[in-house]
Amino acid sequence: MFPELNNLLNTTPDRAEQGKLTLLCDAKTDGSFLVHHFLSFYLKANCKVCFVALIQSFSHYNIVGQKLGVNLTMARERGQLVFLEGLKSAVDVFFQAQEKPHPLQFLREASAGNLKPLFEFVRDALKPVDSGAAGWTYPVLLVDDLSVLLSLGLGAVAVLDFIHYCRATLCWELKGNVVVLVHDSGDVEDEENDILLNGLSHQSHLILRAEGLATGFCRDVHGQLRILWRRPSQSTSQRDQSLTYQYKIQDRSVSFFAKGMSPAVL
Amino acid sequence: MATVATCGGDAVGVGSAVATASKSNVTSFQRRGPRVSGTNDSGPRLVSITGTRPSVRNGQLLVSTGLPALDQLLGGGLAVGTVLLIEEDKYNIYSSLLFKYFLAEGIVNGHTLLVASANEDPANILQELPAPLLDNCKKEFDEDVYNHKTPESNIKMKIAWRYQLLPKMEQIRPVSSSRFGHYYDASKRIPQELIEASKWHGFFLPEKISPTLKVEPCSLTHGYIKLLQFIQNIIYEEGFDGSNPQKKQKNILRIGIQNLGSPLWGDDICCTENGDSGHNLTKFLYVLRGLLRTSLSACIITMPTHLIQNKAFIAHVTNLSDTVVGLESFIGSERETNPLYKDYHGLIHIRQIPRLNNLVCDESDVKDLGFKLKRKLFTIEH
Repeated sequence: MFPELNNLLNTTPDRAEQGKLTLLCDAKTDGSFLVHHFLSFYLKANCKVCFVALIQSFSHYNIVGQKLGVNLTMARERGQLVFLEGLKSAVDVFFQAQEKPHPLQFLREASAGNLKPLFEFVRDALKPVDSGAAGWTYPVLLVDDLSVLLSLGLGAVAVLDFIHYCRATLCWELKGNVVVLVHDSGDVEDEENDILLNGLSHQSHLILRAEGLATGFCRDVHGQLRILWRRPSQSTSQRDQSLTYQYKIQDRSVSFFAKGMSPAVL
Repeated sequence: MATVATCGGDAVGVGSAVATASKSNVTSFQRRGPRVSGTNDSGPRLVSITGTRPSVRNGQLLVSTGLPALDQLLGGGLAVGTVLLIEEDKYNIYSSLLFKYFLAEGIVNGHTLLVASANEDPANILQELPAPLLDNCKKEFDEDVYNHKTPESNIKMKIAWRYQLLPKMEQIRPVSSSRFGHYYDASKRIPQELIEASKWHGFFLPEKISPTLKVEPCSLTHGYIKLLQFIQNIIYEEGFDGSNPQKKQKNILRIGIQNLGSPLWGDDICCTENGDSGHNLTKFLYVLRGLLRTSLSACIITMPTHLIQNKAFIAHVTNLSDTVVGLESFIGSERETNPLYKDYHGLIHIRQIPRLNNLVCDESDVKDLGFKLKRKLFTIEH
């Protein structure tokens, strides 16, 4: 986790909010550093994490996690982390017919499927164990990323249903958190992606949007991060709070600064 | 650069020698962190496969793409286990050339090749590979470049003599001391004995599928399923995924797929506006990447994206691949007569570089890159 981002979001692993849906979105840049941040954040907060990693392999997250101070292999052995590696499971589900429904069953289906097996996998992974000896604080679901599900043939409605079920179980029933990453296609018209993004934006409590700079590529400022706090359940006229920062990604951390205040410029 | 400015002319050589020495120290002590979860490479035993080298940044195993200039732009080479997607230029001239450079590099290094194509027999593709410029030829080539350069560099600067030490212009020059990338002569064919000495597998689509075969309705086009099964068979049988422990000498499998997504593969993404309702190509790419991540292989795919009308689909394909390079040739376009571009044959766009095992990636500072093809060299400059 990046300490500067914790300061900006006003949280620490000890006193993070529960029952929240956080939406990470990136447009014209790569927002995966946010995923690494939240993964290490929740592991340090002693939560039980279910990570659905559809886009990269386990060792990638492990190596970056070690730079950020968490050991994913040990967390997985302890039972704190349940890792679904999308790429490896896709090979298994594609080449061999499975007896019981696999979380990525939709890859075998010709028509648009649904994500019910995936939801059942998540639910079984995160339901509280009766023995209670482990003592994890609260469950967290992390998905990287949802746009891949759209590319693989699922409809936006199916993905929204999946998130709805996850929220109902995790956020409301188990008082946990859900963090998802969605790519924003920007000016390319992608209807399904826009539906998904808009639907999730209305449901989420915290939106972190990483954008590339409008003026193009810069070596010292990698992009701009927009943070938006929302209260979706209350329809009061309270204004949502929003902050914008620019950031530069370094080897082990990300430094944030106000717009135009990059150390390279000053 | 600060050391160069303050020290004299002699220190330039020393400085660069020190830099390379410290670089090699870093790479030899850095944890190898292989992304191949199947093979058991963890531990101090170094994997020494010909034609690969570890990345300076993250210890990732890299192979050369066959073009040293492109290797440098991609941060040292193509990472093993990833997909390099080339968006073809309009007449498929330069992208097929890059494809052939990749395969020729595999033959020179002794890697196993897997060539898949729907319109050309893989044996014919292999016959047309460019000839490598091996050591004795390379010396002549270097001398030529050197002779060309000396008239300019002999002009000594009298007053601003410190500036003479700085490089003349920022040009992507390949590192000539490495045995990592090779140069190829585009006008000569590769010697027949090299092809016969190499191990390769070909997948020619019209041979592999027969139209009368009854197949169950499945999520992918028949051609894609066959290709995936073929690739998986090769990976499994030859032990690229570490499943065969008797194989002592590890090797890299180079996979080349030509014109993926064209109508010859049975896919309608290039024909219609809202094609690919079954998302065949994206599922294929996803499962292919899953296969690559768990084996010692690297893949190059050329795709005629200029034919795809659904731009959102191109964004999906880009997100599902690791490295994406787009080629735009000037042939037949108005830019051919533009004086700005008169030395170049086209533009090369690096659209995406993966961030593997790391938060950052090696993006180059310059984004406008043009390429030109000479007989013996394919240079990329900005």
